[in-house]
Amino acid sequence: MKKSPGIILKGQHRIGDRVLFNTDLHIPGAQWTCLLGRSGVGKSTILRLILGLETGGVFSGSFAATDGAPFAGRISYMAQSDLLLPWLSVLDNVFIGARLRGEAPNVDRARDLLHRVGLSDYADQKPATLSGGMRQRAALARTLFEDRPIVFLDEPFSALDAGTRADMQELATDVLHDRTVLLITHDPAEAARLAHQIIVMSAQETQNWPVPETAALRDINAAETLACQAQLLAYLRRSAA
Amino acid sequence: MRFWDTLLALLIGLALWQVLVIVTDAPHFILPSPWRVAQAAYKSHLIIAENAWVTAIEVMVGLLIGTVLGVTTAIQLAMSKTAERLMLPILVFTQAVPVFALAPLLTLWFGYGMGSKIVMTVLIIYFPVTSAFHDGLTRIDSGYRDLSISMGADKWKFMQHIQIPQALPSLGTGLRLAAVYAPIGAVIGEWVGASKGLGYLMLLANGRAKIDLMFASLIVLACLTVILHIAVGMLANKLNRYAQGTPKP
Repeated sequence: MKKSPGIILKGQHRIGDRVLFNTDLHIPGAQWTCLLGRSGVGKSTILRLILGLETGGVFSGSFAATDGAPFAGRISYMAQSDLLLPWLSVLDNVFIGARLRGEAPNVDRARDLLHRVGLSDYADQKPATLSGGMRQRAALARTLFEDRPIVFLDEPFSALDAGTRADMQELATDVLHDRTVLLITHDPAEAARLAHQIIVMSAQETQNWPVPETAALRDINAAETLACQAQLLAYLRRSAA
Repeated sequence: MRFWDTLLALLIGLALWQVLVIVTDAPHFILPSPWRVAQAAYKSHLIIAENAWVTAIEVMVGLLIGTVLGVTTAIQLAMSKTAERLMLPILVFTQAVPVFALAPLLTLWFGYGMGSKIVMTVLIIYFPVTSAFHDGLTRIDSGYRDLSISMGADKWKFMQHIQIPQALPSLGTGLRLAAVYAPIGAVIGEWVGASKGLGYLMLLANGRAKIDLMFASLIVLACLTVILHIAVGMLANKLNRYAQGTPKP
């Protein structure tokens, strides 16, 4: 695959008369960027805007990929809710994208991806029989099946228990290492652990937050990770006050 | 157990009926006893079966056609906002016309045979099926829509792979209603003009003061409706389980 492109977004988003955000974002290619900020500050709106989804407001400004090509067909998206279709088997869910585009699905590739996320034994089961962590892994396999250079993750791990969340972070980092990932999270620990770049967003500005110098997917217990996490948390609490 | 409860309820009903006959001392051509009705049912079982068969066919064919029409309409309405804006008010308005009042007209247009009864049944169930299924098709989790757009989904494929399967439980609800209404449609059609069917047999028996035969026909009609209700209920449960991806309990 060609190197995944970065994203530049600059402009103002309004809902009615209210300015939701005024931002100037630079998201580097083939890296993990974590976007933090208070609820309602418009983090998800940024994803929706670039994905071409309904945002309930008007954006004035511009956004583009750094390689100049359009975004269409180059972004895959994973949300907090796994959005697995309950009537389909796990395997069928993985290649639902192909079905929705009217293409013949590559079943072998879907099986490979399920193997990669550790769900080989569950390929023919319905999502209802899976645990929350397994369902998110199936959703990750579905995201990978789309094989897009840019991946938007909207709090995909926030509903998982702490242990499962740490496992999912490691798995996602591994399988998405060459993609441009934009991860929205409320969890400073997650950002401190995963990010190549951290952006803290408020209504007025977006601010690049210093990340530890160690390589991403940092040790949870490392002093730098913990320090970064603590400073982020303190900042978020101050700005919420 | 449900079976024994039902049987007990039936026996209690029969007993009350018998008590009513004894207490009121009504003549048998006004209120026949259960035993008399059973005798009439046995004596005329061939003629009852023949007419019940006709009614059953009318109801089932009507259900089938009405369901196919309702499902097709609902999908069309859900696919096109323009169709929805134009058609929904018309559909609601047609519901303001009592279908029973159309029965004589339908008989005039479609004759005394099964045709007019089937049309009547179709007309009665069309709206509940359309309305319930359309509701299910449009009340879709917005997350699915977002995900599909990000995947570059085709509108029809989205309908086929996500909207329709997700709306199957709503269709089941519509079908349950349709199963209750469908026999009413057929029988009203038979009352207005027919030469066969349970509705026709009831009128005939009434005219000849064979009230026991009338009661027997009525009970057979009720049994048909209950069987239909149970069968459609099972289908609706199956649709529910399918859409939720849960195995049979």
